[in-house]
Amino acid sequence: MNGGWVIVLTVLIAWALALLPMPGWAAPFRPEWTLIVLVYWAMALPSRVSIGWCWLAGLGLDVLMGTLLGQHALALALVGWVVARMHLQVRVYPEWQQALVLVALVGMYEFVLFWTDGISGTRSEVRWGPVLTTALLWPWALVLLRRVRRRFNVT
Amino acid sequence: MIGRSDPKPLFLRGPSLNTRLFVCAIASVVLMTVDHRQNHLDNVRDALSVVLYPVPWLVDAPFRAAHWTRENLASRRVLVAENSTLRDQLRAQATTLLRYETLEAENRRLRALLQSAELHRYQAEVAGLLSVDLDPFRHQLVLNRGERDGVVPGQALIDAHGVMGQVHRVNPLTSHALLITDPSHALPVEVNRNSLRTIVRGTGELDRLELPYLPNNADIEVGDLLVTSGLGGKFPAGYPVAIVTAVTRRPGERFAEITASPTALLNRSREVLLVRPDRTPPPQLEEAPQ
Repeated sequence: MNGGWVIVLTVLIAWALALLPMPGWAAPFRPEWTLIVLVYWAMALPSRVSIGWCWLAGLGLDVLMGTLLGQHALALALVGWVVARMHLQVRVYPEWQQALVLVALVGMYEFVLFWTDGISGTRSEVRWGPVLTTALLWPWALVLLRRVRRRFNVT
Repeated sequence: MIGRSDPKPLFLRGPSLNTRLFVCAIASVVLMTVDHRQNHLDNVRDALSVVLYPVPWLVDAPFRAAHWTRENLASRRVLVAENSTLRDQLRAQATTLLRYETLEAENRRLRALLQSAELHRYQAEVAGLLSVDLDPFRHQLVLNRGERDGVVPGQALIDAHGVMGQVHRVNPLTSHALLITDPSHALPVEVNRNSLRTIVRGTGELDRLELPYLPNNADIEVGDLLVTSGLGGKFPAGYPVAIVTAVTRRPGERFAEITASPTALLNRSREVLLVRPDRTPPPQLEEAPQ
């Protein structure tokens, strides 16, 4: 059980990337950084990072983005739950197949956000851009985060 | 695994996954309901936003540095040129302003004679924008002023060209503002030419607003300037909002399709003005001789 600060740091970086200004045309395609990071940790260290972490990271995202408290938290907790159930299968998939799983995960995440927006009366659209970019980014994120994990010996 | 002091468990410990998800989901739903309906959670949000303040601060830091460098390393020639343009502008505006004091005093005197309500006075203070992007489908800005600096929810946000939006969520150190182009934003305005009152609504596009509540025979034309009417009490009256860009009247429809484009530079300002009602009493007028 060491290297907890590394996990926290990666989540903080993911939050910062979620806020980083992007040119207008690219903004709809912003990858869901927080989701990528949490899915990685939940898959690599399922006994440590799971639904609770996802929920807290989502809550932080809610505060930073000024959305309804609990909205991103709910969506990420659901993602965390799916990963916790499936990590043993998904871990052995080749990377492109993992990316396909990511498509489903991000799709669900965006749908939950859209759905809660609808219930709370905020006009919004389903964001399809992040689904694509997040999945495309997964193989690289996987390599990078695996290196980080080995380098700092996070277990 | 055997023999190690801290074996990695093969199975997850603690409550089952479904229970954990259930707890988190219930917590989220309760939080969302309470946050949506009441403002009991403002303290929680305030506390969390202070803890997380370093994140937007760090994201903004490189942009601040770039801005600082540009300002401090500007060449003398550029500065001199800028200085002279500014001086020209100031001269031009000073002449326009020369009669403003007199006109304002006269206006107040006439209003007193007509026994109509005193016009509110407003003062503005500068606030900076943090360079952070929020959801692209919501038109929001993050300001570097918060509750500590006296920002209150509902405060109007303007730039040198017109109304930009209003503050809708205040944290201790920062605040979130909604732009007039956000689809959930509506603003009471009037047509400057004939004081026709209506409501302008955001569309989700940065250069387009819509006026959905004007009947087909309303007197409105392309090029009309829309200014805030001050009804609703949130926005000060008389600030420019938008210019009408298209009027489509379809016979058979009851309402005209009207679009307008905002006059404020919604995506280009780095500094904005926060407007608040001026609490200091207006300067006393000298009594005119009887």
